[in-house]
Amino acid sequence: MTAQPKTKSSQQPATPEDNQALEAAPLRIVIVGHVDHGKSTLVGRLFHDTGSLPEGKKEAIEKSCERRGVPFEWAFLMDAFKSERDQNITIDTAQIWFATDKRRYVIIDAPGHKEFLKNMITGAAQADAALLLIAADEGVQEQSRRHGYLLSMLGVKQVFVVVNKMDRVGYDQAVFDNIEREYRQYLSTIGVDPLGFIPVSARDGDNVAERSPHTGWYGGGTITDVLDDFEVPARDEKAPLRFYVQDIYRFDHRRILAGRIESGSLSVGDKLVFLPGGKESTVQSIETWSAPEKTTAVAGESVGITLSEQIFVERGHVAAQAEGEQRAATSNRVKARVFWMGQKSLDVGRPVKIKLCTAEVPAKLARIDRVFDASTLEVHTSQKDKINKNDVAEVEFVTEQPIAFDAADVIAPSGRFVVVDGYDLAGGGVIYDAPYDVAADAPAAPSHLPVSSEERSRRFGHQGGVVWLSGKGPRLEFARALERQLFDAGFATAMVDDGLLEGADNRAVLACARQLAKAGLLCIAIPPERVVPRFAGVAQFFPVRVGREGDSPDTLVVDPEQTGLADAADKVLAHIGPRLKRGVEEWFYEI
Amino acid sequence: MSLDEVPESRRERDLALDKLEAQSVFVIREAFKKFDKVGMLWSIGKDSSVMLWLVRKAFFGHIPFPMLHVDTQYKIPEMIKFRDELAKKWNFELIVETNWEVYNSKKTFPEGNATRVECCSALKKDALQAIISKNGFDAVFAGIRRDEEGTRAKERYFSPRGKAFEWDFKDQPPELWDQFKTDFEPGTHIRVHPLLHWTEVNIWEYIEREGIPVVPVYYDMGDGCRYRSLGCEPCTSRVESPAKTAEDIIVELKRTKIAERSTRAQDQEAEDAFERLRAEGYM
Repeated sequence: MTAQPKTKSSQQPATPEDNQALEAAPLRIVIVGHVDHGKSTLVGRLFHDTGSLPEGKKEAIEKSCERRGVPFEWAFLMDAFKSERDQNITIDTAQIWFATDKRRYVIIDAPGHKEFLKNMITGAAQADAALLLIAADEGVQEQSRRHGYLLSMLGVKQVFVVVNKMDRVGYDQAVFDNIEREYRQYLSTIGVDPLGFIPVSARDGDNVAERSPHTGWYGGGTITDVLDDFEVPARDEKAPLRFYVQDIYRFDHRRILAGRIESGSLSVGDKLVFLPGGKESTVQSIETWSAPEKTTAVAGESVGITLSEQIFVERGHVAAQAEGEQRAATSNRVKARVFWMGQKSLDVGRPVKIKLCTAEVPAKLARIDRVFDASTLEVHTSQKDKINKNDVAEVEFVTEQPIAFDAADVIAPSGRFVVVDGYDLAGGGVIYDAPYDVAADAPAAPSHLPVSSEERSRRFGHQGGVVWLSGKGPRLEFARALERQLFDAGFATAMVDDGLLEGADNRAVLACARQLAKAGLLCIAIPPERVVPRFAGVAQFFPVRVGREGDSPDTLVVDPEQTGLADAADKVLAHIGPRLKRGVEEWFYEI
Repeated sequence: MSLDEVPESRRERDLALDKLEAQSVFVIREAFKKFDKVGMLWSIGKDSSVMLWLVRKAFFGHIPFPMLHVDTQYKIPEMIKFRDELAKKWNFELIVETNWEVYNSKKTFPEGNATRVECCSALKKDALQAIISKNGFDAVFAGIRRDEEGTRAKERYFSPRGKAFEWDFKDQPPELWDQFKTDFEPGTHIRVHPLLHWTEVNIWEYIEREGIPVVPVYYDMGDGCRYRSLGCEPCTSRVESPAKTAEDIIVELKRTKIAERSTRAQDQEAEDAFERLRAEGYM
């Protein structure tokens, strides 16, 4: 059966202009997954079932298939290249547009073949949300896991898992449930909380735009429902200002600093500080051409500004608000998780170049902390001197001059960079730690702080840290029991939840918890959204999932409803106690 | 009209256009900063006219590099008139190149001595290569969009071309977080595509909002027909349309399901004609 198209093109609403959502910028969706798990088929089907195919397109492909003597496949729609049709593999990222009643979409088709990882990364890095495909008959495969990990690393926060080819397993709920269990388990170890799982047969259109008659046991929506439920990520206008200088123009006797506002906002009259260097000046004007005059510009805008006092500023410098906002960190050491796509391995000590926003600086890999397989999360302990193609690693770079940056969980655009090797963009990095408040030329020890962290840990007898409670169990009740237990065991504790910080989101709760941890306390955080941040920005960070069974390597799982509150709290204490206390001595000398 | 009176749909559209504009301006400024010698391929069509407007946005009214036009001598006459008038009015440098050798030898499709694709290859692709090598450009802007057709959907913002101008679509550099390929081997050059993320409807919405001048043949020419896509006269056909303004075109496009380049005959000659032309260096 062919599903009825459910969009404007077939139903003709009054006029297209009436639908405001269709005027908004489209949501960018990337579809990823193991090779041959049906990504292109899903896209082809989705286009057909939403009435988004150009006239004659399907017929043209059918004719071409006939000529080639191959059966018609939906995937051919996306595979515009002849060579692709021959190989039956999507070789590069392609994009196409379609619309549901609710809004417009751009689908980015990312190839699953391992050789084409860089294309998958190119596709996924620009997506607002992702569908991750797993074929029901093959189950979770290497690329299913690797792509899940890379999505998390690239900062794609909305992920829905599509279990495809359900027709091949007779629409069996048990198969679906097993895949969901296995993959959720994996995702939880990397801090990804998928929005849901959906059983689909892309080839036959089951649960694509129409509910399938074969999956009565499934209570959720169709793929189009899932897409319509994704949220358009808001521009980060409330975050601290980051205005990276792209170029400086001298036009008509004006000296204009051109660049894009990566986060926050700036207004005429604002006092800005430029990093590295720390020179300050005031915004005199925001320049425009053939547009209304403006006095404020916000995240996402490419602007030009003039300053009232002329100071030395160049491309790669970043402006932050001089007062009242967190400034970017400045350092010549950058700690990051990197993925490597280069043919040549990245060796410790070999000169490369780092590009972060508009900043470019020669750099060397100073140290590899660990290299691991993104699909198994297995650590290659012996690998200490190089990172090979397709490896993921935690490393530290040292740069020739200091650069200004952020931790990615604080401000994403200035918390990530690419690595250029020779002429090629060969790797990407996500910064997980940034030395805020420490001047670039100051010694590593934060001597300007009135009370140092080592003094604090000597006073309290342990380091500060954050216990982050996620999961669907009774978190508040458990948090209270846990604080009592930890306090009795000698810890200086604190608790943060969204009730305390009115209307706070996860980021605000994390920022507050981080501050308390820096003050030396052990802070129990109850975030409003039950997800674990990928980069906490705290050395001692302990995610604890409340209420779901099964352990995982990185996240401690407790089930107070099963074991009782006291036992569950004991489990947490046993896990973190030694880590926080043991650290004190070594840590003291390290700093 | 106060802000409150602006319909919600209009505000959403403006926000979406602002976003497209900001991204294009970022790309244009990036290329201008990173390459010594840049030029912009100006086909005189609606897309490259929008691109030219975005250059003026990026540089506050200035046009700091030359516009390049590959003139096959078969273009729709109104295009050439529009080209010369605008160059004078906006006072920018215009470089025009024609493959006179082939044109004079009459080995062209209109003369019946070549297929359409062979004709395109000689009069467009070869002339384009000549314009780039004669002037020594490191980078040239081209106003292609991903939604135009399949091969263009796979393009990058910064797309390297080999020494023989070829495009290796199977081994393209990764492009993430708006970090583009700006380091390249001597002898190769980069095609920069600031409009990659725009759609045909976006182009018209922007033309309408900004009041950008376009060749008048895009509108109903008085006989109920207009051009949807501009090219050489012998290979480009008109569509039946009463659209007289950019606004009319927007309404029309939102209802149509016919592909934009369907009026360009060379694309239809062979299934992979366009793909081959592009791989060999056509824009």
